[in-house]
Amino acid sequence: MADMIVHSKPVARRGLSAKHQEWLAGYIFILPDALGLLVFLGMPMVLSLVLGFFEVNGFGAYRFVGFGNYVRMYRDPLFWTALRATLLYAVVLVPSLYVCGLGLALLVQTTNRFNSVMRAMFFAPQMVSLVVVAVVWQFMVIDKIGLISRLMSMLGAGAVSFLGDPHFALLTIAFVSLWFLMGFYMLIFLGGLQDIPAEYYEAAKIDGAGPVARFWFITMPLLKPTSFFVIMVSMVAAVAGAQAFDIIYIMTKGGPANSTAVLIVYIYQQAFAFGAFGYAAAMASVLMLVTGLLFLFTRGGRFNYD
Amino acid sequence: MTEHRQSAYFSRSQVTVVRVVWMVVTTILALMTLFPLFWMVSMAFKPAPEAFSSNLIPQAPTFDNFIYVLTGVPFIRYMLNSFFVSATVTVVALFFHTMAGYALARLRFPGRELIFLAIFSTFLISLPVIIVPLFIIVRAMGMLNSYAGLIVPAIFNAFGIFLLRQYYLSLPREIEEAARIDGAGYWRIYWSIILPLSRPIMSALAILFFLANWNAFLWPLTIASDQKLWVVQVGIANFKSQYSASWNYMMAASTIIAIPTLVLFVIFQRQIMDSLKTSGLK
Repeated sequence: MADMIVHSKPVARRGLSAKHQEWLAGYIFILPDALGLLVFLGMPMVLSLVLGFFEVNGFGAYRFVGFGNYVRMYRDPLFWTALRATLLYAVVLVPSLYVCGLGLALLVQTTNRFNSVMRAMFFAPQMVSLVVVAVVWQFMVIDKIGLISRLMSMLGAGAVSFLGDPHFALLTIAFVSLWFLMGFYMLIFLGGLQDIPAEYYEAAKIDGAGPVARFWFITMPLLKPTSFFVIMVSMVAAVAGAQAFDIIYIMTKGGPANSTAVLIVYIYQQAFAFGAFGYAAAMASVLMLVTGLLFLFTRGGRFNYD
Repeated sequence: MTEHRQSAYFSRSQVTVVRVVWMVVTTILALMTLFPLFWMVSMAFKPAPEAFSSNLIPQAPTFDNFIYVLTGVPFIRYMLNSFFVSATVTVVALFFHTMAGYALARLRFPGRELIFLAIFSTFLISLPVIIVPLFIIVRAMGMLNSYAGLIVPAIFNAFGIFLLRQYYLSLPREIEEAARIDGAGYWRIYWSIILPLSRPIMSALAILFFLANWNAFLWPLTIASDQKLWVVQVGIANFKSQYSASWNYMMAASTIIAIPTLVLFVIFQRQIMDSLKTSGLK
């Protein structure tokens, strides 16, 4: 559409043609952000790959070690533990986020005052920092005195040690992440549901389709782009551990028995507790590769109908 | 707000019964979701002996926990740090992102699409993945333990640029045409036409940026070990390791930190949720 409009050219100044003036203006306007993103996102990405081939000693001297860090990674049982924990976290979190996000969206889908209050309530956890979330939830599930622990023993479930038992700790972390994130995904699903024309439902109703049929044959197929986007975004987030880090740092520090040391927590420990920048960078490169592949396989969450 | 859309799944006759059950279920779920936050505030007002009682309303509410936290620990300083960092990042980011968004949406120059794609692709990268090299770069620039180290790297992210570009694409071209005929340069058009027009989206983004930076933990933790530079999130993480048994103090500190963002949310709920909802796919 823009091409159809005749351009009134501003008066050329300093000998530059109008076209070149526009070029120059474009570059100048984009410069601060482009430079910033290059230095603080682009360079770290490249440096991460390069750094993975170096060993950094205590004096900050770099020594080229080739694939040394990658060999070390292969032989490091804790790396494999961390990778397993990361995948388990993603496998638990992504489907539950999908179900809860969509479920909540369906629950408050109709636009009225009651629902908008409910939407806000479901979304509210998003407003609190992950540090506070972790502190509050640790208090809720702490052994013997936490409200949920006491409730569980009252119900006769025995004393479940949510954060002390390696079998439960990561699940607890995933649950807290779910609680924090589900309001955000509800919102994304609400956006998707809004785009489905109401006439489709009307027509299906006239044809005698029940609520379940309408959900399966209208909502789900037409929600595919949103579903795809949600799964991609939540999967990349879960693997990269964007939310997990803060929660784990506060609640378990990676324990017990490394059961919650997801990759990003292990990387952070190696880098900032042991100064193994090279090894940490090598592991981060693997993480980057995994998220990159996820992104490619899911076509960046863009879903085309044809 | 009074617009009632017919339920997509139920007929009119089913609606009244279903609706009551529906509303009850929704309310219960919503209260359950908020319960941990209620519990936090409740604990914050309970004196130590009452801390582990299971009543939601404190029997003898007290401000002692808050007073202790605010006087015993430099929480005021941490909050000022957080406020300064968040506000600066927000203002500078909005300035740069509106400029970039304007260029990407309204100006024609070679490489524009490529630059946009490159910016868009950084969506993929989350902070934890690049934290090690980012730390090394920022340290090499001499910004370790400085406000600059806390602020500068936090300014740049693709999310704001993307939303602003989408918004500027939707503005009609004629708006600039008139100004151009009058001889206005690109800076004039940006400053006195584009910026005033983007007030609604800028206020939504301002809230989002402020919240994100107020709640940020990993980067401030990594770049500033000097206690004078601690932001509230780092402050409370350290407070927790010191006072691990005093849950009533912990909850008071958490409440102090959470209140500003929750109040912002109550006031700007509509803008926050609308801007996020549309950012999903379009």
